[in-house]
Amino acid sequence: MTHRPDLIDPGRLAAEAPPAHHTFGPDVLAGIRERAELGRYPIRGWGARRAVPDFDDLLLLTASASRYPLEGYRERCDTRTVFGARRAARPVVLDIPITIAGMSFGSLSANAKEALGRAASMVGTSTTTGDGGMTPEERSASRTLVYQCLPSRYGFNPTDLRAADAVEIVLGQGAKPGGGGMLLGQKVGARVAGMRTLPEGVDQRSASRHPDWTGPDDLKIKIEEIREVTDWQIPVYVKVGATRVDHDVRLAVAAGADVVVVDGMQGGTGATQDAFIEHTGIPTLAAVRLAGDALADLGLTTDVGLIVSGGIRTGADVAKALALGADAVSLGVAPLVALGCNAPTYRRRPVPPPDSAPTGASDSAYVEVDVSAEYAALGTAPGHCVHCHTGRCPVGVTTQDDTLAARLDPVLGATRVANYLRALAMETTMLARACGKSDVHRLEPEDLVALTVEAAAMARVPLAGTDWIPGR
Amino acid sequence: MGELSGTTAVVDEARDEIVLDLAAMSTREANAALRSLPDGARARLDNPAGRHNLAVGLTRAVHVRIAGPAGYYVGGLGAAAEVDVDGPAGWGVGENLMSGTVRVRGAASQSAAASAHGGLVVVEGDASLRAGISLKGGQLAVAGDVGRSCAFLAQAGTILVGGDAGEALGDSLYEAVIYVAGRIRGLGTDARVEDLTEADVAAAGALAAAAGFDHVDPQNVTRVASVRSLYHFDTAHHGAY
Repeated sequence: MTHRPDLIDPGRLAAEAPPAHHTFGPDVLAGIRERAELGRYPIRGWGARRAVPDFDDLLLLTASASRYPLEGYRERCDTRTVFGARRAARPVVLDIPITIAGMSFGSLSANAKEALGRAASMVGTSTTTGDGGMTPEERSASRTLVYQCLPSRYGFNPTDLRAADAVEIVLGQGAKPGGGGMLLGQKVGARVAGMRTLPEGVDQRSASRHPDWTGPDDLKIKIEEIREVTDWQIPVYVKVGATRVDHDVRLAVAAGADVVVVDGMQGGTGATQDAFIEHTGIPTLAAVRLAGDALADLGLTTDVGLIVSGGIRTGADVAKALALGADAVSLGVAPLVALGCNAPTYRRRPVPPPDSAPTGASDSAYVEVDVSAEYAALGTAPGHCVHCHTGRCPVGVTTQDDTLAARLDPVLGATRVANYLRALAMETTMLARACGKSDVHRLEPEDLVALTVEAAAMARVPLAGTDWIPGR
Repeated sequence: MGELSGTTAVVDEARDEIVLDLAAMSTREANAALRSLPDGARARLDNPAGRHNLAVGLTRAVHVRIAGPAGYYVGGLGAAAEVDVDGPAGWGVGENLMSGTVRVRGAASQSAAASAHGGLVVVEGDASLRAGISLKGGQLAVAGDVGRSCAFLAQAGTILVGGDAGEALGDSLYEAVIYVAGRIRGLGTDARVEDLTEADVAAAGALAAAAGFDHVDPQNVTRVASVRSLYHFDTAHHGAY
């Protein structure tokens, strides 16, 4: 008979946690119970939470004897990034290769959109509209604004198109490639509904494909139309959710895209089905290399830009994405966190005593207001919240409620996001200099190794300490 | 006719039209010439041969006549202008129109007037699949038949079908209203036939008059509108699509 002390030693059972059940873990059990109770699927915000190979699985091989580093604080490392010079009369010129991704007014509050626009302008980069169109606040706050043309065409109009600095035709996004947008009724207030020509309060489910074209041959004609309407002034981006990246990049290029935007599965959303977020698309790490290689194979790395998004957090992520072929990255979730998303507090200006002299708007002039209880009321907690879809964002980022939205000061928010983007740019140049590059765009796959076999296979760089690239 | 200096355009003085010969001009040149015209000007595009993207993005109250078949998106993303196509048109005629009129003196291919926010798109022949898809306040009048999924996801505006409507008419409608003079092969999810009111007769009559449809009796059209049962998530909707 086999000795089974775990069965006969109650003391040991009490002292040790029972073995985790992989297939039916606590999250799975909770998910089954939720579906059983509500009869529907979970909907949430943000991107994939599951662990997938990502940029943390890569390391940069900085200079030593065989490479010559640049002085970290003294020698220039360029970050200027230009898109669309081949066809557009007014190419997009960015000071840093770090942009802000498309997020809708509707999903985000008007203050949040304004703050992102201000921040992008402060650091010389672009921000992007989203489903539902362009707000005047966002246009005026943004030096470089990319105008999305989405399947829903909510709020899409030629006046705003001509007022944009680039147009991005959205075929999909990383959080839900193949799916349309979603904005639940609690966020479809009067202004949002008006901009989208929808009844107030409907659960808005956007179309997943464009109304007036279907395949890549049609897309070519659509891009020509947009160029005609904008008098060939501005670049045309095409955004895809990362699935069949090699094919999609080639088709976007064939259709005439100036820039291809590839959004990996870690890319965020304001609301969609959890099953979509966690089970569709491929990781950003795999997508960037596929896209970069497709452009290289076409001989178009100079003429067609590549922007990669989905889970970019740090300058190290940026440097690695550029090394794998991206010309720039695009961030969604991270700038929202910089705005205050998931913080336990929001900051507001103190109410001055009557007849007091006006004070400045420095950080120290603000008071912190704890909203942990409001997270709890949503069934979540600061640091874990993905409840953007509820419209009850305690810090005013993803809400259309006037009281909640007022908690986000767009000026303070912009300062924080600009600080964050600057820090990312500095980290990127620091790493590029250490690799001996005087331009961040000169980072290359040869500067990378992988920590895991999976990452080595996806990024097609050697496993650290070897010259082995899986599949080669 | 006299030639305009610096362009390949000529002026048809008898018709008071500027004539652009597409056999000798690129689409870009032709559209740039159209955009430069002042309010009230008249232009004619000869030899269109199904060229795509003609007369798109116009912003002034000009009249443009396309003397032959046009390709995709003719008159699309436009405002204020009056665009006539003397022949059939391809996909997306008058797509995302903001105001003004696009008239097709023939049949139109798929997605006529897609996402039109305003203005009027008239198809004097039949229109193919998804006519009026995602309509956002514009008006579409089709003299003949429309194919499957007419008014799919149409949000606002009015569609008049002078002939018969295909399957899945009005699928997933929001607030747009459809009037059909002929038969309806089938309704889409969340669309229903509703009683015709005096306001409907007036609206259908006004649209027929604007389109020049003498064959449509506004007293004898069928009104199709949204049930509005899909406006909010409901588990019971599973399988409705």
